[in-house]
Amino acid sequence: MLGLKKLVSFALVCVMVMTLVLSGCGGNSDVTTLYVYNWGDYIAEDVLDMFTEETGIKVVYDTYEQNEDMYTKITSGGSSKIDVIFPSEYIIEKMINEDLLAEINYDNVPNMALIDDKYKDQSYDPGNKYSVPYMWGTLGIVYDATRVSEPIDSWEDLWDPQYKGEILMWDSMRDSMGLSLKLLGYSMNSTNMDELTAARDKLMEQKPLVLNYAGDQMKDNMIAGEAIMAVMYSGDAITVMDSNENLDYVVPKEGSNIWFDSMCILKSSTNKEAAEQFINFMCRTDIAEMNRAYINYSTPQREVYENLPDEIRNDQRQYPDDSIFELCEVYEDLGEFTDTYAEFWFQVIAS
Amino acid sequence: MNNKKSQWLALPYAVYAVIFIAAPLLLIVLYSFCTDPQNGIDFTMENFVRFFDFANPMYMQVLWRSIYLAIISTIICLLLGYPMAYILSQLSPRVRGVVSVLFILPMWMNFLLRTYSWMSLLEKTGLINRLLEALSLPSLDIMYTQWAVVLGNVYNFLPFMILPIYNVLIKIDKSVVEAAQDLGAPPYRVFTRVIFPLSLGGVASGITMTFMPAVTTFVISKLLGGGQNTLIGDLIEKQFKVTGNWGFGSAMSVIIMVLILIAMNITPGDKEESAGGTLL
Repeated sequence: MLGLKKLVSFALVCVMVMTLVLSGCGGNSDVTTLYVYNWGDYIAEDVLDMFTEETGIKVVYDTYEQNEDMYTKITSGGSSKIDVIFPSEYIIEKMINEDLLAEINYDNVPNMALIDDKYKDQSYDPGNKYSVPYMWGTLGIVYDATRVSEPIDSWEDLWDPQYKGEILMWDSMRDSMGLSLKLLGYSMNSTNMDELTAARDKLMEQKPLVLNYAGDQMKDNMIAGEAIMAVMYSGDAITVMDSNENLDYVVPKEGSNIWFDSMCILKSSTNKEAAEQFINFMCRTDIAEMNRAYINYSTPQREVYENLPDEIRNDQRQYPDDSIFELCEVYEDLGEFTDTYAEFWFQVIAS
Repeated sequence: MNNKKSQWLALPYAVYAVIFIAAPLLLIVLYSFCTDPQNGIDFTMENFVRFFDFANPMYMQVLWRSIYLAIISTIICLLLGYPMAYILSQLSPRVRGVVSVLFILPMWMNFLLRTYSWMSLLEKTGLINRLLEALSLPSLDIMYTQWAVVLGNVYNFLPFMILPIYNVLIKIDKSVVEAAQDLGAPPYRVFTRVIFPLSLGGVASGITMTFMPAVTTFVISKLLGGGQNTLIGDLIEKQFKVTGNWGFGSAMSVIIMVLILIAMNITPGDKEESAGGTLL
């Protein structure tokens, strides 16, 4: 085991060294270097250069595909250099419990005040001691408005037999189990065995109607018109709606998942102040607007939101009404129940 | 022949084999007996008990589905591949060279790319269906079914069936065939009594080389079969990538390795010969 860990960290060190060399560090050792690890394609490109220009702090930037990839990389010993990460809520909770995150000193992040209170103090990090919200969104249904007989507004529509073979489900245990739980009127974070069993049975009942349990390819499938409905995140939904104007997105009336990607500092960071400076910079209204405009996700920044054109601000798909917002739940770390969710989800797709 | 020098030449491979073959294999076996191998080694049979749980046979069902689809794919590969290899071996050496390059040609392209192109061919709005539609023929709905998985397997693994058989067939001593003909055997007799038995080694390695990747594939089943046709490879991948249950994932890998070992030992044919056929 130790051997493997060493091997992985060795490989990571190699990557880090390469990055350093390639970024032309030139041996200037008094320049502070900040290591930022973010989702792929999740920042406006000029922002990093602007930060370096204003503060003189160099940024070494790297990206990941999934929360789990990032978590595995950090916990397998390659974390020594990384300062800032952008995890989602349930991973934040997990990392707080495992003592991997540093408490943020808000004296250095005054721009935290710009974030709407609505998005603060969520269950995964009460009081936002460790995390600053970056983007948020919902889980919902993307559908082809020209091929449905009546408006889609409920998770129940995914069980409608008239759409047999036209439904794409997300191959993700949290989301699929979660929406089934929600449809049955339970919490998406349920740890009640009866509720979980009912949610699993409901999904098994749906299986004959499902075209595919897919991943990212769903986006292409929906654009090409391969299916009528797909479960999707709001961010992806906005992307596909741009490419196919027949598509629409809805957050079902039963409520859904609301997710937050936030900025956090690793406990092992050696540049905590620079990291706080970076987070503060990212929260500045003009920078936040640049990122929002590039990524096209919903922003938690009050001023950025207020300055948006009406058609975006009133777009239920991006900024749902408070009545729906209140029905939405944040995913919590399930602890040992993670395995139960996984097992039940396997039973559905393997049956 | 066996002097010291040539033994030293094998050293780089020996080092390679220990680091990249033996060590990971041992690690997988070790992990398969651990509850949570990332956080320490203990000994448990739990992973295997979970797999062979008769009250909840879902994992065994998935394993059976994988074996079933792999067997069908292998049979189709054999039925298509043997005649092809035979025809190929009868061609003049010059033509043979060109034709066998044509067989290997698709393998120069990335495996994933080839599978993705099948997706865009088979989809509801894909090329094949658009063509059928243009001809006012009924559409073909095999995407995300078991047949799509079989098709993907056959397409990707057929060369692995043809080439070992072909390699064995061209090495058959012509005089043996001529002897049979001189003694008055009709062509089908020559084939069933002389050529086919002599080519069994190639058939065996062809079967192993198509069955093995077919039973463990997770990319083909994922892309063409969708989540509807989960195979054992998909389950293993999930254990490592999604749930982080390396112990159970390793246990499933061990089970599948043992099964393949057994399967290799019961396939007919001369093992020496089949090894030769494998070295293409």
